[in-house]
Amino acid sequence: MMPGKQWGMPFDTSYLPPTQSDVVIIGGGILGLSVAFWLKKLESRRGAIRVLVVEQDHTFFFSQYSRASSTGPSVGGIWQQFSVPENVQLSRFSINFLRNINEHLAVVDAPLVDLRFSPSGCLLLASEKDAATLESNVNMQRQEGAKVCLMSPEQLRNKFPWINVEGVALASYGMEDEGWFDAWSLFEGLRRKVQSMGVLLYQGEVTRFITSSSQMETTSGEQVVLKRIHKVHVKINKSLEYQPVECSVVINAAGAWSGKVAELAGIGKGLPGTLQGTKLPVEPRKRYVHLWHCPQGPGLETPLVADINGVYFRREGLGSNYLGGCSPTEEEEPDPTNLEVDHDFFQNKVWPHLIQRVPSFKTLKVKSAWAGYYDYNTFDQNGVVGPHPLVVNMYFATGFSGHGLQHSPGIGRAVAEMVLEGEFKTIDMSPFFFNRFYLEEKLQEYRIL
Amino acid sequence: MAAPRAFLRLGAREWNGRARGIHGASESATPDRGQKKKTLLQFLSDHFRDVQALREYLLQKQLSKSNWKNRFQDKEWIRANERGSFPTEFLNFREVPVEAVDASGCTINYQGMSNLLPLKKLRSLSLERCPHVDDWCLGRLHLLAHSLQELSLAGCPQVSERGLACLHHLQ
Repeated sequence: MMPGKQWGMPFDTSYLPPTQSDVVIIGGGILGLSVAFWLKKLESRRGAIRVLVVEQDHTFFFSQYSRASSTGPSVGGIWQQFSVPENVQLSRFSINFLRNINEHLAVVDAPLVDLRFSPSGCLLLASEKDAATLESNVNMQRQEGAKVCLMSPEQLRNKFPWINVEGVALASYGMEDEGWFDAWSLFEGLRRKVQSMGVLLYQGEVTRFITSSSQMETTSGEQVVLKRIHKVHVKINKSLEYQPVECSVVINAAGAWSGKVAELAGIGKGLPGTLQGTKLPVEPRKRYVHLWHCPQGPGLETPLVADINGVYFRREGLGSNYLGGCSPTEEEEPDPTNLEVDHDFFQNKVWPHLIQRVPSFKTLKVKSAWAGYYDYNTFDQNGVVGPHPLVVNMYFATGFSGHGLQHSPGIGRAVAEMVLEGEFKTIDMSPFFFNRFYLEEKLQEYRIL
Repeated sequence: MAAPRAFLRLGAREWNGRARGIHGASESATPDRGQKKKTLLQFLSDHFRDVQALREYLLQKQLSKSNWKNRFQDKEWIRANERGSFPTEFLNFREVPVEAVDASGCTINYQGMSNLLPLKKLRSLSLERCPHVDDWCLGRLHLLAHSLQELSLAGCPQVSERGLACLHHLQ
């Protein structure tokens, strides 16, 4: 201890997070790291903002049963065929980011990020009743600059002879800037870069928020109680020790567990129907991804095919392997308490539809399967971004129900701009505010993969 | 400007190398001077920075000259001449559709490709040995799908099988 330096603890506390941090990001998955990256990139001078990222489980991908993050197991697709214009803009921003990834994420003396992007496009199939919606969506996407073309069943059959076009009225095929990439390399690249920029990554669990409230009056004269989070209690794993971190902004990027973190801050504790009683409707939903081998399968030109009833698949590598899965309906939702794979689900729900669409998949052999969590937004399956109206310093970056990975650069930038400037500068994400849960305005996406 | 500073660094390193006798970074342009007798030109460029700068300049000119040949419909290749400028008849051909572009060795990248894409009658494109052409650039070629008959990507280090998989757009 030199004269003039701050008095620290007389014993070794280096394994604990710091006592103060300007921004605490809860959740170290792809969204949390993206927000940390953009916060450090857009700060006004170097070292202006101290960022702390708290992640529950650092082993992420390879530990079978404690996979708290959704980044590792993801299929890694990116496409621009959405029905909400802001989603299309997010995709375009993200694809430009990914194309120049090494300009953004290069760290001295570290290997370059190799995303292994396959620009194979994405094919969305629609039945008679959805054909009109698909067409209007494609027009909107074209206006935003996406290169999508509409195909009739005959054109589909000519182009992809392995498809059985029964039941398909229209299809939209993204020609450029769509495909899939390696999510894990993006995640590792972001982690390296973010650490080199000075962000602290700690393993721990957030157990409590210390808040203070104040009574305020709105312009219409109603009484509201505004809350401010002062401290975040970060508990070290496998121990009872915790560290209170004083912070000024908390970002909830906890993915599938954002709902629980929001409850800790008191969001949703009130009479139902009021703003105080509106919960954050994000909960973990289990989704399976299956990897199968089929030598008679489609071939090299297979795009990411999304069928009418929610079944999707894509080619994986050059050895006739395919990845795919299906989004179950509300009644068939698997139990999210564990990550056990239900193989019957594939047999009963996925395989029949696959065979019907691609007859050559009859001879497929499932090689492996895994499960992961979606940060599923039960309200309208689109993300939440921006501050909470009552807990004034908690910002959300969660609930993207399967699109979080592909939109992560755009979302990170939007949240960072909101925190630093107070408004969205590049992409206007105001339709994604929390208020829509209270006002019951759904921002429905046409199809979720 | 970065170029003169690079030469300065090279010059300083060489001088240090000679002063110390044996050590010194020998990644400067001169070949191993152990066995071979040095030519007069090399000797001059070692000692005089201007000569070295001149040699670098000539090398650059030589490199930039070897690229970018175009061929118009039914006509022969139009190349840049020794001084790097196109012949004056070039300007008369503004309306004539371009049939073939040879951009081997060019440092063309993703943004540069957008200049090639409006050429709707392009039949042959050669992107050999282009160091910045990668899978993303190949994804853009679908706009030329109707006319393109020959595509050459030999020696492009950043193209992988994933980019080649998306060439199925070209019939």
